[in-house]
Amino acid sequence: MPKNVPMVKVYILGEGFDVPEGSTIISALEYAGFQLTVGVGCREGFCGACATLYREKGDYKLQAGLACQTVVTDGMNIAQIPFVPAEKPIYDINKLDPDIEAFKTIYPILFRCVGCNTCTKICPQDIEVMDYVQALIRGDIAKAADLSFDCIRCGLCALRCPAEIVQYNAAILARRLTGKYLLPNSPDLEARVKEIAEGLYEKKLQKLTKSDTETIKKQYYDRDIKTV
Amino acid sequence: MYPEYMHKSIRKVEKTRPERLKLARSGKAIFPMMSAEERQEVLDNFHPDYKKDARKKVRIGPNKGVNITTEVVDELEAYSRIKPDYFDLKHPDYETDVLVIGAGSAGFSASLLAAENGADVLLVTKLRIGDSNSMMAQGGIQAAVRPDDNPVLHYLDVIGGGHFDNKPDLVKALVSEAPDAIQWLQDLGVMFDRNEDNTMLTKPGGGTCRPRMHSARDYTGAAICRTIRDEVLNRPDKIKILEHQPVVELIKDDKGNVAGAVLYHLENKNYFTVKAKATIIATGGFGRLHIMGYETTNHYGATADGLVIAYRAGANLLYMDSVQYHPTGAVYPPQILGFLCTEKIRGLGAQPVNSNGDLFVHPLEPRDIEASAFIRECTERGMGIDTSGGQVGIWLDSPLIEKLSGPGTIKKNLPAMLRQFGRFDVDITKDPILVFPTLHYQNGGIDINDHCETSVKGLFVAGEASGGIHGRNRLMGNSQLDIIVFGRRAGIYAAQYAKKAKIGTLTLSHITEYDKEVEKIGIARTHISPMILPDYTPEAIKKRQYTTNYQGTLR
Repeated sequence: MPKNVPMVKVYILGEGFDVPEGSTIISALEYAGFQLTVGVGCREGFCGACATLYREKGDYKLQAGLACQTVVTDGMNIAQIPFVPAEKPIYDINKLDPDIEAFKTIYPILFRCVGCNTCTKICPQDIEVMDYVQALIRGDIAKAADLSFDCIRCGLCALRCPAEIVQYNAAILARRLTGKYLLPNSPDLEARVKEIAEGLYEKKLQKLTKSDTETIKKQYYDRDIKTV
Repeated sequence: MYPEYMHKSIRKVEKTRPERLKLARSGKAIFPMMSAEERQEVLDNFHPDYKKDARKKVRIGPNKGVNITTEVVDELEAYSRIKPDYFDLKHPDYETDVLVIGAGSAGFSASLLAAENGADVLLVTKLRIGDSNSMMAQGGIQAAVRPDDNPVLHYLDVIGGGHFDNKPDLVKALVSEAPDAIQWLQDLGVMFDRNEDNTMLTKPGGGTCRPRMHSARDYTGAAICRTIRDEVLNRPDKIKILEHQPVVELIKDDKGNVAGAVLYHLENKNYFTVKAKATIIATGGFGRLHIMGYETTNHYGATADGLVIAYRAGANLLYMDSVQYHPTGAVYPPQILGFLCTEKIRGLGAQPVNSNGDLFVHPLEPRDIEASAFIRECTERGMGIDTSGGQVGIWLDSPLIEKLSGPGTIKKNLPAMLRQFGRFDVDITKDPILVFPTLHYQNGGIDINDHCETSVKGLFVAGEASGGIHGRNRLMGNSQLDIIVFGRRAGIYAAQYAKKAKIGTLTLSHITEYDKEVEKIGIARTHISPMILPDYTPEAIKKRQYTTNYQGTLR
């Protein structure tokens, strides 16, 4: 590492380590010599494996973020949460209707929401978590699906919820019910699936698989290109 | 916010933007597509695969004498992590019909279809289930659904993009099952983007002749992966899951067929043995080998494990001389160096421009061509933008998207990108994105037929770990498609195989034999594989860990 990079002190399990300024929590942990086997995944903010609690210097507040997306500050105190022991009910998506009854049966705990907004405040994706919980309580499944769309299942909402709600698991059910039942069927898709099942393209594709490279090359470079 | 020294170049981009907007609105190609000759020239001179030392001949194993990417050869020419004599194979810790290794979308699809076809499934994975490259895919999944599109055109795009090296039967399976794959995912509850008339929203991708990219905002991979993961979790009666337990070797039987695997628990350091009638490798790719020193878009566990264990068990590899560099990896800010900036950004109309704000390549050439053109612009032509951290990049003019399609388009279609850059105070609706090619995808892999069978009986492969579908260059949106189509196929055919399979006496003798070969070519005993996880411990720290025993990269 170049010598001119300024360092900051972070506290891991209470012990201070000097790490380069601008490090993310993940790179700070690794710089300090911790080899991660849990609490780490995609390292780009998409998988939710690296939920981390931290407290900044001089602040009483416990904050949370994704370790791969949060830049350390001088004096930051860090604790990773590698696993969330949350409930995941089992259901058959084919036997559910996209309405409030599904949630009354599978996630009755949703109705204990006290509206404290802790879930929204903790969400590292800035999702309006409480709003989608309230939408589910009202039976507005599509709204909940839309609001929760960017959820990456880090589990921080469930960990902080005083009513023990498993928001992120309820959200995937809302999105699945929406995708399966509430979004309209695409006429083009249905038509194409049927055509293929009837073997409409089979002969042409068979012929292509048997063609020599020169024939294919010609067809490839001759094809018309539409971008809209 | 970009640092002051980049502002001069950003102002040049802003200055050329109105002209480029006019060009984009005209409907004409904004930059000419390259001819076959021009493509070859830019690849030969600038693609990292064509550099000296990028490849070398592997000296042992089924592909002995074949040119393969250097870093991959180093993984193949290595000792096993385990001592075969240590294991009591008469009493395996787990027994199952189908063992699925890897819990991304290929592993999930395979598990679901194997279960539906009557098999008991054991799904094992190195990280948590779903922590995978599948989850990180942003832009889309291809399927020829529009009335002006069809599977034949899709076929031509796939094989042309792959430089005509693809295995025809695999391409045929890929394109003809694509619409059904979309239907299957929709029936499981994936929320695909729609047009106002209820038809599927489709956008163009690099190298596609029709807009064929189906998306779920820019969380397409996540939308698919978390949906089928939820379905897998709903089948505990048929699918048993083990997390944080990578496979370190395959087990064979005395007939030479694959018959299970050895797991290593990363937390409690136990080894476990699995006896399986059929085994599916769905372990993904190799980005964390950091080939040619490149940054990668890949997740922490992408270390080519499946490739190594399959090779030791005798499976052929195909096109392992070909690496995909995604044209648009993030260059600034440094915290997200090498991260994926989805091709959908260009699909929505963003244009790549140089430090003067000038166009220099069509925005949607196939990935290897586009990436090579970016490298040429930054090296030979010296028209890149330098950062103080020693990186170089070109601009991806994202604000153009909202000029073309109205304010709010980015928030609606690229929420992940907006959030990613927003976290570091870069507003991509107002400022362009600095990008450079980043290590993205393993084009080749374990050789399979259209039943996902390998050259070793009992061993099936699906997803990025397999080779042949994409030839020597994959197009955008065909990986998400591949993992569903071939994941499902692997599940079906492995379940069918498992019904008839008679397993003989279990053995790890192939490991002993392979290690002898490694010894013959003079490899140091400390060199072991698969890597399992990369090691980012600084050298100074390693020196202080003087009683720590490193097994390869793992402590």
